Amino acid sequence: MTIAEMNFFQRMIYIIQDYGGSLLKGAATTMVIAIVCTLLGCVIGFAVGLVQTIEPHKKDGIIRRGILRVVKFILTAYVEVFRGTPMMLQAAFIYYGTSQLFGINLGMWSAAIIIVSINTGAYMAETVRGGILSVDPGQKEGARAIGMSQPQTMLLVVLPQALRNIMPQIGNNLIINIKDTCVLSIIGTVELFFTFRSISGALYMYFEAATVTMIIYFVLTFVCSRLLRWAESKMDGPSNFDLATTDTLAFTSGLTRYDSKKGGTH
Amino acid sequence: MDEILRIEHLVKTFGTNEVLKDIDFTVSKGDVISIIGASGSGKSTLLRCINMLEDATGGRILYHGKDILAGEVDEDRYRTKVGMVFQSFNLFNNFSVLDNCIVGQTHVLKRKKDEAEAKAMEYLSKVGMSQYIKAKPRQLSGGQKQRVAIARALAMDPEVLLFDEPTSALDPEMVGEVLDVMKSLAEGGMTMLVVTHEMAFARDVSNRVIYMADGRIEEEGSPREIFYSPKSPRTKDFLSRFTSNK
Repeated sequence: MTIAEMNFFQRMIYIIQDYGGSLLKGAATTMVIAIVCTLLGCVIGFAVGLVQTIEPHKKDGIIRRGILRVVKFILTAYVEVFRGTPMMLQAAFIYYGTSQLFGINLGMWSAAIIIVSINTGAYMAETVRGGILSVDPGQKEGARAIGMSQPQTMLLVVLPQALRNIMPQIGNNLIINIKDTCVLSIIGTVELFFTFRSISGALYMYFEAATVTMIIYFVLTFVCSRLLRWAESKMDGPSNFDLATTDTLAFTSGLTRYDSKKGGTH
Repeated sequence: MDEILRIEHLVKTFGTNEVLKDIDFTVSKGDVISIIGASGSGKSTLLRCINMLEDATGGRILYHGKDILAGEVDEDRYRTKVGMVFQSFNLFNNFSVLDNCIVGQTHVLKRKKDEAEAKAMEYLSKVGMSQYIKAKPRQLSGGQKQRVAIARALAMDPEVLLFDEPTSALDPEMVGEVLDVMKSLAEGGMTMLVVTHEMAFARDVSNRVIYMADGRIEEEGSPREIFYSPKSPRTKDFLSRFTSNK
């Protein structure tokens, strides 16, 4: 049977049989880049978001305040530029820019990872900033009141809660990254979309190749989103606790006054 | 008696709003002082200034003779000595009940893990929460949260405990369990400074009562003096609203 005689499904099977290995390799590359870059982006995002939420201490001198303002300005510029331009252009800009201006030839992997991480970091910075602001200020006061230092308060109390609050957004970023690595095909990274273009170009079966590749993308993102959901519920732990049966104090109070002759508590 | 805290001419302004005007009083070892007064009279701000959660605008707060506002005592170390219990509990939501009572001990006081755990268990059983050590704060009722918050503060071995309206956010049936714990602390000799609307507690448990109005200490004295023979007409007026519906 020639390709021309095949129907839609037979052509899809043909693609999978002949190019299954390449597609899997492309999918693996996509996943590695997406996961590594989401993690690195989180690290960048936490660092930037943390600095942006620092309030100058009342005793800080003018120099420290000045440094903080300059650093915050640079970070804000970074966030705005990388959120405000297409990643495809950023990829071209960084990849060709480094080779033309500095003579550095970034390899496919390092270029891909640098670009997607920096881009994710810019989005994550805003997410982390929001996550930190969403933690009840009382948590900070509770920590300060038992003598925790500013860094201890952040590391032990505020950041873990901020992380939990922004988990859905981190998942969102991972899924966006799985799909958006396709723009890296502009610098020749052989990921899933690049593989699709090679197959469709070689076989002239655009519709079938697109269908197969879309299914692969969807399986990747769907599995990731379910796994993240599961991780979130793991972080939360069980939502109820056996409240009323074992707490003797809670049982007696409200039923009896602690000293009814003197007027009690009511 | 040993003097722990001496507040001198304390002033706090928010913008142009003068919330505390020239506050003077002392806290000695074993004192249980209730601070009463209408909402907005500056009671909570006073406590928050003492714990340095708010920066006082003027005056001095002497801790064993050293001015904390002038930086003569390390701020974080000072706070371990002056514990605080909040109206809204402020338990760490990301830690279990037990870890809430341990984390300060291990990270701030640098105690060993098992020593900290033993101490946490001691105070958790004192407040009747030892069965709940694995629970997270959101699994507890308000009264239970507040009792854990008290245990957390006690585990730091503070010299003074500040209570900022500890029962105001609670359902009526949970007020009793928290006041019971506070009463037993007072009987055990803990030095306490309690901002409260629980007049029965102020009258029966404390050894001194401070009545605040408009950012000033209007009247200060023993519970008997304040509740049964107040000198100031404002104190009389304030208390009549509570005694009339008894």
